[in-house]
Amino acid sequence: MTLTLRRILAKAGPFIGLILVIALFAIPSENRAYFLTYHNFKIIFTQTVIVSIGALGMTLIIVSGAIDLSVGSTVALTGVIAALLIQRGWGAVACTAASIGVGCLVGLLNGSAVAGLRMPSFIITLGMLGICRGMAKWLADNQTVNYDTSPINSWMTTADPRGHALPAGVWVAIALAAATALVLRKTVFGRHVFALGSNESAARLCGVPTVRLQIMVFALAGCFFGLAGVFQLSRLRLGDPTVAVGLELDIIAAVIIGGASLNGGSGTILGSIIGALIMSVLRNGSQQMGWPNYFQEIIIGVVIIVAVFLDRFRRGGKA
Amino acid sequence: MNPAARLSLDGVRKSFGATQALKSVSLQVAAGEVHALIGENGAGKSTLLKILSGAHEADAGTMRLDGRPYRPSGPADARRLGVAMIYQEINLAPHLSVRENILLGTESAALGWISAARSRRRAGEALAGLGYAHFPLERPAGEFSIAEQQVIEIARALLIRPQVLIMDEPTSSLTRADTERLFEVIGRLREQGVSVIYVSHFLEECRTVCDRYTVLKDGEAVGSGAMKDAGIDSLVAQMTGRPVSDLYPRTERRRGSAVLEVSSLSRPPRLKAASFSVHEGEIFGLAGLIGAGRTDLARTIFGLDAATSGTVAVHGNRGAATPRQRWRQGVGFLSENRKEEGLMLNQPIRDNITLTKLGAFGRMGWISRRRQTAASVRWAGDLAVKCRDTDQAVGELSGGNQQKVALARLLEHPANILILDEPTRGIDVGSKAQIYEIIGRLAAAGKTVILVSSYLPELLGLCDTIGVMRRGELVAVRPRGEWTEPELLGFAVGKD
Repeated sequence: MTLTLRRILAKAGPFIGLILVIALFAIPSENRAYFLTYHNFKIIFTQTVIVSIGALGMTLIIVSGAIDLSVGSTVALTGVIAALLIQRGWGAVACTAASIGVGCLVGLLNGSAVAGLRMPSFIITLGMLGICRGMAKWLADNQTVNYDTSPINSWMTTADPRGHALPAGVWVAIALAAATALVLRKTVFGRHVFALGSNESAARLCGVPTVRLQIMVFALAGCFFGLAGVFQLSRLRLGDPTVAVGLELDIIAAVIIGGASLNGGSGTILGSIIGALIMSVLRNGSQQMGWPNYFQEIIIGVVIIVAVFLDRFRRGGKA
Repeated sequence: MNPAARLSLDGVRKSFGATQALKSVSLQVAAGEVHALIGENGAGKSTLLKILSGAHEADAGTMRLDGRPYRPSGPADARRLGVAMIYQEINLAPHLSVRENILLGTESAALGWISAARSRRRAGEALAGLGYAHFPLERPAGEFSIAEQQVIEIARALLIRPQVLIMDEPTSSLTRADTERLFEVIGRLREQGVSVIYVSHFLEECRTVCDRYTVLKDGEAVGSGAMKDAGIDSLVAQMTGRPVSDLYPRTERRRGSAVLEVSSLSRPPRLKAASFSVHEGEIFGLAGLIGAGRTDLARTIFGLDAATSGTVAVHGNRGAATPRQRWRQGVGFLSENRKEEGLMLNQPIRDNITLTKLGAFGRMGWISRRRQTAASVRWAGDLAVKCRDTDQAVGELSGGNQQKVALARLLEHPANILILDEPTRGIDVGSKAQIYEIIGRLAAAGKTVILVSSYLPELLGLCDTIGVMRRGELVAVRPRGEWTEPELLGFAVGKD
């Protein structure tokens, strides 16, 4: 009995969580009328884009058995760089490519230090958190980087705010999530990432190029973080070197709520996306209920702990 | 019922859901008796130990300790009543000192302040009782060898002056010399009147150290008696329900050309200038004590550790030695350390079997899950792996089945030169027999096997050629027919 219950939880756990959270805000009648509208969900989806794209990269890293604390700083750095390039007249595509490139470079450095120097990823990326934040402030001369206009500004909005169309950013996030999920499940690279996170020694014994693979994981994740930086820019419409402080913690929370283990070797893209949605729904719903900010923070904190506790249960006590 | 028994069990039953793990087990252990509890994996030993140590409660039956009913409510209660257990895995806090570890949970303290003098005396006495009075009490436990750490654990268990001490596979990671020392410790316990329940897969050891035995099979005690009246063969026959004669298959083998040539391979201090060659259709055994360099030799050949000098030629090819390169050359490696290096415990059986060649199950880096599953299902069937399906995490399987999965990886690859490091360590006799049969079949099919084993009968039973290592050197290589067990042992310990 418990075994089947566990298997159901294992497959659908985060999804059930999402439904519960939505139900929580749909029950009070004064709230329901607006909360359950398509328009509100459009807002929720849009608000989830940045965390989702970050969660794609973070899922790769956490499944591989590592962690990345430098995401918020990377997002700020790449956003500032994109803003500076817009000032210099670069096009939207070129700016995006540059941001992704910088994110990738940060990931390469993180990965090389983690795999090459055999240092704990927690330490390396904690250092990188400071380095990127400092670089962002330096490049931005410690102030916001303003620019006239750019097509990037429209990626997180739609021409008709009341219409049914979703912003480009939402579609990009959905497409990337689908692609990353496929890569993790169906490719040699993806299964090697699981092998690396599950047991690095066994992976090495089986001929998996573990050092190269760890670097690739960080670099690929860095590309996602760079792209998240572009969407952050699109939302703010200026380059802010102090933005996204603590974003990495939201992203890690999304991945963990989604069922990944910090020990590596487990986690799914769908779970992480649902984890990100759970947090967005909580924020959105709390705002509509008129709950103060600090109350939201407490709720999200509780949700993280409950999610990991349930995860332990469904794994049979071994988290 | 024997009134003199220190510990007596009568009709103990235990079920988990529909599975009956123990069907009416009776057992008598006298004071000062070392009692072997033997049986294959899954025979119910672990369940019985858990009931004895208070981790599980029996469904039915009675247990008595010194004539009084014994019903522990948990491991702490069992210890209080006088039954202590030493687990197979070392449970020490490596950063704490020997003294702190021994006294953990029972510190000599006044108002929370630990009395250094008193705790040193208590820890020292516990160690002295085991013949280890010289142990430095203030060094961190993690700096000691596994064998010494085990002594620390035993000292900790003895602190409560138990009447019954249960030892679960205490020698599984000990060298022969350390095992001897452990036996001396057990001898001292016997003199002090402590009853020891000794669980081990190593039947020779049980015969050396135990007075009486009980054999468990399928949750029942199928035999018991005095150890001096029982031969290994009869014990194995009781455990498996079949005679021992066909444990080691003598397959028809044709020795072909040399496929792996090792010359002056070194990685000091553990490996010094080893040279030998192995041929198609040959099973080459490596004997020696633990720490003699056998595993180092195997790992260096496979490229897991880098050689400082010397060469390895696979099919005449002296290229780079990395695990990746070796798999490409058709060399496979089975680690002695199944859990830490051999398998990805939280990953499915399927991925564990196919990890070395995932690219072969599809094109351009994509994997066909269907083909991958088909291949792993076939091996799970061929090797009789007991599992729900190949999607099951390999960590949920029993030791013997895990080892079959690890071996299936080499067969699926397929490796033509198989380096097997302690392939039968810690698995039950039934699985052992199956693995011997597979090894025999592989050699008959013209494959090459390098077998590292600490179990001499296994080497003598299976191998065509046996080399002995001692202190990092390969000191002798001879055909099997020219070796006897005492000679192998003599070379291993250094009596040339």
